[in-house]
Amino acid sequence: MNTKSSYEPVIGLEVHAQLQTRSKAFCGCSTEFGGEPNTNVCPVCLGMPGTLPVLNINLVEFIARMGLASGCSIAPKSVFARKNYFYPDLPKGYQISQYEEPICGPGGVEIDLDEDRRKTIGITRIHMEEDAGKSIHDIDVDTLVDLNRCGVPLIEIVSEPDIRSPHEAYLYLSRIRQILTYLGICDGNMEEGSLRCDANVSVRPMGSTTLGTKTEVKNMNSFRNVERALEFEINRQIALIEDGGTVIQQTLLWDANQNVAVAMRSKEEAHDYRYFPDPDLVPVLVDEESIARIRKALPELPAPRRDRFVKELGLPRYDADVLTAEKEIADYFEASLNALPADARKRKENAKAVSNWVMTDVLRVVAEKKTPIAEFPVPPPHLAAMLGLIHDGTISGKIAKDVFEEMLATREHPKVVVERKGLVQISDVAAIEKIVESVIASNTPQVEKYVGGNEKVFAFFVGETMRMTKGKANPGIVNDVLRKKLSARKR
Amino acid sequence: MAITIKDVEHVASLARLSFNDGEKKKLATELNDILKYVEHINSLDTSAVEPLSHVIELSNVFRADGLRPSISREEALKNAPAATEKFFKVPKVINER
Repeated sequence: MNTKSSYEPVIGLEVHAQLQTRSKAFCGCSTEFGGEPNTNVCPVCLGMPGTLPVLNINLVEFIARMGLASGCSIAPKSVFARKNYFYPDLPKGYQISQYEEPICGPGGVEIDLDEDRRKTIGITRIHMEEDAGKSIHDIDVDTLVDLNRCGVPLIEIVSEPDIRSPHEAYLYLSRIRQILTYLGICDGNMEEGSLRCDANVSVRPMGSTTLGTKTEVKNMNSFRNVERALEFEINRQIALIEDGGTVIQQTLLWDANQNVAVAMRSKEEAHDYRYFPDPDLVPVLVDEESIARIRKALPELPAPRRDRFVKELGLPRYDADVLTAEKEIADYFEASLNALPADARKRKENAKAVSNWVMTDVLRVVAEKKTPIAEFPVPPPHLAAMLGLIHDGTISGKIAKDVFEEMLATREHPKVVVERKGLVQISDVAAIEKIVESVIASNTPQVEKYVGGNEKVFAFFVGETMRMTKGKANPGIVNDVLRKKLSARKR
Repeated sequence: MAITIKDVEHVASLARLSFNDGEKKKLATELNDILKYVEHINSLDTSAVEPLSHVIELSNVFRADGLRPSISREEALKNAPAATEKFFKVPKVINER
């Protein structure tokens, strides 16, 4: 019997996303990543007595975008609260967060289990808070503290316990990241900590509707680690229960090097945060007009855009998924398609042609060179112009690959490349006939084979003709001419 | 609800404070007096009163998302009990949050 399949994991995720504001949440210090330690600090974020925080308007603007994009209600009134605990990277002794009155209420996002099955993961709430500083334990015998991150704005997105497998957790996290980056409010970089994720995990017998005791897993700093850590913790809980033990509520830290989740020393008081409304920050009121304005300005979101690519452009689902994974890629694809002449861009085979070039050639180079697509050496109008040259027969699809390489290197327009390198396709039938005749004349043994009924040598003649023309002969015409000339030999 | 010595110890440890037995007893009495005083409010019907989180009638105080100069690192570290050239320095803590 497979014991694992007789249990059902129940997972909820808490995602922290760093907002891409220029300045911190409550003071004018820079949020820039990787600055010299303790240089982006001021009396406010250092928690000096007598200072007062003033809320950065973009926190409200950005979190409202995320709330609306994930189907949440926006509270007309929300309040900041103090979460009290002592830790050296939190100089005030409390973190400014939201507790009883968060700005975004219940909502949900859809994940794709496969091509046909979709599932909604509920969102309990989204609230604003500030980041703490960074403690470094391994440089000195003492702990060193860098407070640059202190006060950097975060949003915390709390999901319902609707996730049923590590893979679903991965899909949910990917979708959250995708929406955040589409909205332009978070760079989504897990390795740099702009996106962080904690998980609440429990297991229960399949079919049961009551929840098991949950543990909290932290420190999963990549998408892969989230899946692996959840897998580990689910298996640990099942094994524990199978051995007659009980799961105790505790917090575990994922150790990516050892592939294990280790329990933090349990402290009864660790979760006694004594939240209370922060008297230094006044309530945030959001009116219907602001909500309507923000909703209207939302970009097309990843899932609807993917569906539109399939429905209106006739792209295969796979293409649409790849192209809409990142907003910048989808924008590049659409800009290229829209740079085609008006009649051409409506034809589905052209959308597919653009898709093929973007998916294989453009994305390959983007991945290799790690260049942001905004700085890609071949801008959309150039890619469209190159497809135009293929379409009107100026170059073949094969030559286009060389043209593309040259465009990458020089950033030139394809027409300039084609002229400068003399890559124009030979479509002159008389010229091709002449070359074909010389190929036939100098390969008598192969001609005899062909005449004798060996069709396979035909490819040899095509190859030879292309070689003689350095690949520039129009392949269609070469085929026709060869067919005609060789058949004449048969008679 | 009466405050016990145990409650005093709990709150004291959350605040990183330590008291001797006499002080704990005194604090328990004082805290109970305060709670008794506050309990008067419970004798009023507040069902129609909206909870108040702030006493000043202000809302939506914002600043634009602009940069202001930070202070120098030297200045930031000046009052710290212990520091290196670049960092605040505290006794070793293991990351257990």
